[in-house]
Amino acid sequence: MTLYADVRVSRGSFDLAVDLVVQPGEVVALLGPNGAGKTTALRAIAGLLPLGGGRIALDDEIWDEPPRTFRTADRRPIGVVFQDYLLFDHMSCLENVAFGLRARGVDKHAARTEASRWLDTVGLSSYARTRPRSLSGGQAQRVALARALATDPELLLLDEPLAALDAGTTLHVRAELGQHLRRYSGCTLLVTHDPLDAMVLADRLVIIENGRIVQQGHPTEIARHPRTDYVAQLVGLNLYRGNAEGTTVTLTEPARPGATITLAEPASGPVHVAFPPTAVSLYVEPPSGSPRNTWPAIVTGIEQHAHTVRVRLDATPTGPAVLLADITPAAVADLHLAPGQPLHATLKATEVHTYPV
Amino acid sequence: MLLLPALLGLAFLLVPLIGLIAKAPWSTLPSRLFSADVWQALRLSLVCATSATVLCLLLGVPLAWVLARGGLPFRGVIRALVTVPLVLPPVVGGVALLLVLGRRGLIGQYLDQWFGISLPFTTAGVVVAEAFVAMPFLVISVEGALRAADPRYEEAAATLGAGRWLTFRRVTLPSIMPGVVAGTVLCWARALGEFGATITFAGNFPGRTTTMPLAVYLALETDPDVAVVLSLVLLLVSVVVLASLRERWISGLR
Repeated sequence: MTLYADVRVSRGSFDLAVDLVVQPGEVVALLGPNGAGKTTALRAIAGLLPLGGGRIALDDEIWDEPPRTFRTADRRPIGVVFQDYLLFDHMSCLENVAFGLRARGVDKHAARTEASRWLDTVGLSSYARTRPRSLSGGQAQRVALARALATDPELLLLDEPLAALDAGTTLHVRAELGQHLRRYSGCTLLVTHDPLDAMVLADRLVIIENGRIVQQGHPTEIARHPRTDYVAQLVGLNLYRGNAEGTTVTLTEPARPGATITLAEPASGPVHVAFPPTAVSLYVEPPSGSPRNTWPAIVTGIEQHAHTVRVRLDATPTGPAVLLADITPAAVADLHLAPGQPLHATLKATEVHTYPV
Repeated sequence: MLLLPALLGLAFLLVPLIGLIAKAPWSTLPSRLFSADVWQALRLSLVCATSATVLCLLLGVPLAWVLARGGLPFRGVIRALVTVPLVLPPVVGGVALLLVLGRRGLIGQYLDQWFGISLPFTTAGVVVAEAFVAMPFLVISVEGALRAADPRYEEAAATLGAGRWLTFRRVTLPSIMPGVVAGTVLCWARALGEFGATITFAGNFPGRTTTMPLAVYLALETDPDVAVVLSLVLLLVSVVVLASLRERWISGLR
């Protein structure tokens, strides 16, 4: 069964309008910054928040279509894993997993048998009698997943399922969650603000900003061709828009008039221009042999990353207003980097991607 | 600076109770304690207070739920109205009950005409009077617990297919149990000690409406020693209630 969700919710000045389709067996990640409306969309699809407009349906079964139809959450075939799991503390893990089955009318014995099978599936059969309070974060997440899947839902909703975990366990739990999601045959909608979670777990990404979809597609496609600054930041690329003519792009945004980038391959018309910060090199003196993209630039910020240093530059008026460069700590020492310092930035034209707007 | 008034305050609260114990007719206490009158009053008190508490639970918990979760308009006003019996002099409550549920009262006349039920001056009347005075304690306590409980657990239950009633029974109620227990104990203690509304609405008929507090008052006029014995029994009951209200339960009130 396929989920068709045209979600429209207005709250005060915030306005959410997101149109999603999730095929059976597909994992779709709804990715966006805080306050973009991800969780609101998930709550509307779960039936915890009525729509203001639009329509939510599973195949031809309408769940919400104001003002006529609204099915409450308990009458939708869904499973939800909440951000902090919301396991019932006064019940054992087994009772937690069996709760949905009992609520849907399965008799006590059958519910417990099915629940213990699910605890076994997530590798927690020895914790059946344990209270959720004494579980680790990763274990609690697995119990929450088992509880959500035990009722055999048509749609699985995951709200930031890895956000409550500490960094050390995230890697392992993420891999395991991925395995369970691949085995699940229903539709899965995952809400996250973490691009890594989305890239690893999802077949398709839907990126929303300010209540609107700004880009969607396969993770590799999005990683290569970001269309907004937020997405570019997520995947760690410099991104600009401009007009291409031959091998020259005149930047329009975000830049001031006169800024250009030279390409290795000719292009034409309005384009996105993207390149990794590692494609940018910095020099104290203007480099000899005059490479095609050389701009005088001023250092506006310095950030230490794992093995590189990310330098933020302002290359106006001839180059981009915001330019990110990744350089080695050794290069930082050579350049005596400090904010406000004037430098020369060069960009290798062969590492620049362009694609139509 | 604060120590002296603090000690005075402590003495003010404790000395009367010590006096009660000191003045008790210990020699004749067993015979007086096991007299039929005392037992009758004590039994009636326990039965009425317990019945009133059950009535309060049946009506008060749903009321608390609606106040905490119902999204009512004017919720603050309704909440304030619920607490009126808390500050109202009980005698006034009794008069009000008499005006509404009395044989010629607003509702009482129909109860009498249609069902032949008359509440004033009956044991059922005692239960009604006690419930009227004691219910706010339960409602406030349960509502506080409900508002402190995270409603997202109820949402989680809904996504698992649980309807409102199942969610309330299996998820909400267990999580607010400390508040319910604290409210119940307070409500019961308040009902047990009820005097003003009871004597106004239900009168003073031994065996039918004479609860312990009324018996104490009566005995004080005729036989003060009996009044002391009865008071000691009530004191004992209060202490037992307090002891059973452990720290955890009291904290449910905050």
